[in-house]
Amino acid sequence: MASLDRVKVLVLGDSGVGKSSLVHLLCHNQVLGNPSWTVGCSVDVRVHDYKEGTPEEKTYYIELWDVGGSVGSASSVKSTRAVFYNSVNGIILVHDLTNKKSSQNLHRWSLEALNKDSSPTGVIVSNGDYDREQFAENPIPLLLIGTKYDQIPENKRNDVLARTAFLSEDFNAEEINLDCTNPRYFAAGSSNAVKLSRFFDKVKYFIKLAISLQATKVR
Amino acid sequence: LTYLVNSPVFQVLFFGFGWLFFMRQLFKDYEVRQYVVQVVFSITFAFSCTMFELIIFEILGTLSTASRYFHWKLNLYVILLVLIFVVPFYIGYFVVSNIRLLQRQRLLFACVVWFTFMYFFWKLGDPFPILSPKHGILSIEQLISRVGVIGVTLMALLSGFGAVNCPYTYMSYFLRNVTDSDILALERRLQQTMDMIVSKKKRIAMTRRQMYQRGEDQSKQTGFWGIIKSVTSSPSASENLSLIQQEVDALEELSRQLFLETVDLQATKERIEYSKTFQGKYFNVLGYFFSIYCVWKIFMVKFWSQHISFILVGIIIVTSIRGLLITLTKVNSAIPPSCVSPQGMYFVSSVLLIRMSMPLEYRTIVTEVLGELQFNFYHRWFDVIFLVSALSSILFLYLAHKQAPEKHMTP
Repeated sequence: MASLDRVKVLVLGDSGVGKSSLVHLLCHNQVLGNPSWTVGCSVDVRVHDYKEGTPEEKTYYIELWDVGGSVGSASSVKSTRAVFYNSVNGIILVHDLTNKKSSQNLHRWSLEALNKDSSPTGVIVSNGDYDREQFAENPIPLLLIGTKYDQIPENKRNDVLARTAFLSEDFNAEEINLDCTNPRYFAAGSSNAVKLSRFFDKVKYFIKLAISLQATKVR
Repeated sequence: LTYLVNSPVFQVLFFGFGWLFFMRQLFKDYEVRQYVVQVVFSITFAFSCTMFELIIFEILGTLSTASRYFHWKLNLYVILLVLIFVVPFYIGYFVVSNIRLLQRQRLLFACVVWFTFMYFFWKLGDPFPILSPKHGILSIEQLISRVGVIGVTLMALLSGFGAVNCPYTYMSYFLRNVTDSDILALERRLQQTMDMIVSKKKRIAMTRRQMYQRGEDQSKQTGFWGIIKSVTSSPSASENLSLIQQEVDALEELSRQLFLETVDLQATKERIEYSKTFQGKYFNVLGYFFSIYCVWKIFMVKFWSQHISFILVGIIIVTSIRGLLITLTKVNSAIPPSCVSPQGMYFVSSVLLIRMSMPLEYRTIVTEVLGELQFNFYHRWFDVIFLVSALSSILFLYLAHKQAPEKHMTP
């Protein structure tokens, strides 16, 4: 049963694109000093103020699940990873702007996550089964983030940005391009911060939708 | 027809094949931006294949002796040139350019690294009785002999490990029994651990926020009221925080271990399923035969093993190459040039070893081309290293096998 107590967002992408740095930046507003290879999955929590400044303001804790590995991993690794994909409310797809392959692999990543609504060995997770049938028309919200923006040479910037624009259309998602070693990209009020807020609001909107649909189902 | 085969067309074909293989297999999911690496690898691969091809021609008697001789010489010179000059220099250059301090004088430092490499490479020759004194300093035999030592050692290590690991992997006798409920139980534990980590991190975030809102932020302890606050407020808040953080660190370590164990169990389960298929059974039988041969080889019975050993050394070489390349593909952000150098040495020494296993009559031209190296030394050195490697692999696998079943006895 979906509930607003848990908001779970997956952070997916190839090895080395900067997911761990990104998650650390989102959760602690600090740059990660010593990034190392993620084994399995590392979770972090971001405090998000929903509708800040309005009477409806509420504080949510968004769980960011940073899943390590590559799309070409052995099937034993993939079936184990599926444990983390249970009851997901949103997905952040991360790719490296200097590496075309990482962008191409995002399609496979999103397929891997979206096709696994429960792990193959049928683990029943305590915070609910995600009923896909009801959400055929409402897919899980996606956000596209491109990293290592500072490492693109000046003359190639336009090509890269054009390419990522196509990608974001493919996924029907917003896109953010940044450099994870620079905290100012998510400074309050910047366009990136606004896009991020919008994404999390969308995630919560879908959760509320799920709750209300389940309520009508009960009746 | 013979002229056609001799021609550069063949070389180019092999070159192209190496290039394609490199692009497809090794770097399927990642992008390689340095074209020099690809070119060097393809050249090494192409010329190594040509060497194998020449051996086969030698046995079959195709082409004239003179043209074969010419091609041998050409091949060897090119490969040695690449192995000893190009590759180490490029590796040095790459490593140096990654160190920010030395960025300015990249070329100079790369040359320094190369000279150091050459010094140690030369010194390598001293402890081994590989040359007769009548050879000059820069003769081809000097270089080949050293490359040979390195390559033979590598190959013996790999074959020793491969000889032990291959039967272990394929023989179902060694497969532990894994049931679905085992995997389920582990996955449940992993999920619970992740949930615990999440709830603790939420508490940390919440506590931090409350501390910030109450102005308990340490950087704001200024002025009179600040001092009063720091005295009266319970120190337990931040102590609590570090306690929870320690618990989180421990839980994260646990989650990583559980993840790896689950992957291991899944892999074992897949292997069990594979062993039930026709292919699996075929390999199982092969595994038994292979292990018998390996045991035999370890105890070095020199019967009419020459012909068999030629074929089997060939198989071991091929599977080791395959295993090596598979291992390379698993290395994620490896510096690409580091793949190339051992590969080249590997190929050159493969020639030497094939010569060892070849029946007597075909040895003449190889001897003629490679000069008067002390082949007996290489045979003995290979056998020693092979034995050492095989025995240590047996020990290692035994320990690993022993340790594993006990971990899954969950209460």
